[in-house]
Amino acid sequence: MSFELPKLQYAYDALEPVIDARTMEIHHTKHHGAYTTNLNAAIQGTELEGQSIEELMAGISKASVAVRNNGGGYYNHCLFWEVMTPGGAKAPKGELEKAINDSFGSFDKFKEAFTKAAATRFGSGWAWLVKQGDSLVVSSTPNQDNPLMDVAEVQGTPILGLDVWEHAYYLNYQNRRPDYISSFYDVINWDEVAKRFKG
Amino acid sequence: MSFELPALPYAKNALEPYISEKTLDFHYGKHHNAYVTNLNNLVPGTEFENADLETIVKKAEGGIFNNGAQVWNHTFYFFQFSATPVTEPTGALKAAIDASFGSFDAFKEAFSKAAATLFGSGWAWLVKDAAGKLSIVQTSNAACPLRDGLTPLMTCDVWEHAYYLDKQNLRPKYIEDFFKVLDWKVVESRF
Ligand SMILES: [Fe+2]
Ligand SMILES: [Fe+2]
Repeated sequence: MSFELPKLQYAYDALEPVIDARTMEIHHTKHHGAYTTNLNAAIQGTELEGQSIEELMAGISKASVAVRNNGGGYYNHCLFWEVMTPGGAKAPKGELEKAINDSFGSFDKFKEAFTKAAATRFGSGWAWLVKQGDSLVVSSTPNQDNPLMDVAEVQGTPILGLDVWEHAYYLNYQNRRPDYISSFYDVINWDEVAKRFKG
Repeated sequence: MSFELPALPYAKNALEPYISEKTLDFHYGKHHNAYVTNLNNLVPGTEFENADLETIVKKAEGGIFNNGAQVWNHTFYFFQFSATPVTEPTGALKAAIDASFGSFDAFKEAFSKAAATLFGSGWAWLVKDAAGKLSIVQTSNAACPLRDGLTPLMTCDVWEHAYYLDKQNLRPKYIEDFFKVLDWKVVESRF
């Protein structure tokens, strides 16, 4: 069994103007495609072959650097495509909204924390909204690490992630990462985030 | 002390088509410039208020280190290019490269591999140690070999911002073109 590059549930230009079609296509086919190919190569013929991506993440401290980097890259981008959608709801509802209010004080306070985590991650990495039991926290990870990894500083179930590698925004925003982050809120798929929150 | 963005020793379009004017506009005009501005905003009132850049690179932590080292790294990077580069080392530097790597081609291959495989944001470096021996090192994010007591001779910025407008995901193509504008006369002067 090997991992496959997932198909997107929307067209490459569906998230414009927040994310341009060219960025989406290169990001999906080239970057995510390479992580997929390299992950399969890194586990082929090893005892890790056959493990689910979640199992790989949970035991990543015992795996090679190639599995950590490419397995993380594979998982993170799968999540990233799913937590975005064209014309999504502007804010979370129901239980997720309540959990966000309980954990951060308000939706605006959550946005402030998430924006800061994404903006201040120096170099390449990700910002996360992480479920820990019934509560939520915001964190960030370097490179392709994520909160499922047993090496992460903040561990839990990621329910929303934002890629802040420069490849995620450079063609459209260049050095203006803050503009990319603030635009991202327009394409969040809060139904999918709520689904991941329920587990 | 207050730090300044040094003027480039060539025109913004001088490295075309290998490094585009647009890339230099952003890389030098926005990124390098922002590191200078951030550093100047961060140092007042700290123990580094009167420190020179090398001291900051060697001793600082956190935001002061990140911005200070990125100022140093980028100045070092931009000043090694030329529109009319000497494209191969000569003399004592050539002898040292042959001694350490076997040949200039073998060095280029090893350096290109180091630059291509650095995962995430960072730098590949040709450095000289205290005994005069040459080696290739990779550093992540802002990290600089000066801090490890090594003498940097040349460097390749492999943050995606260094090549994404020109080459997108094709980092190896950027590294290949990097060597076409790298001036070994500058590298020799550092050796
Ligand atoms: Fe990415
Ligand atoms: Fe750079």
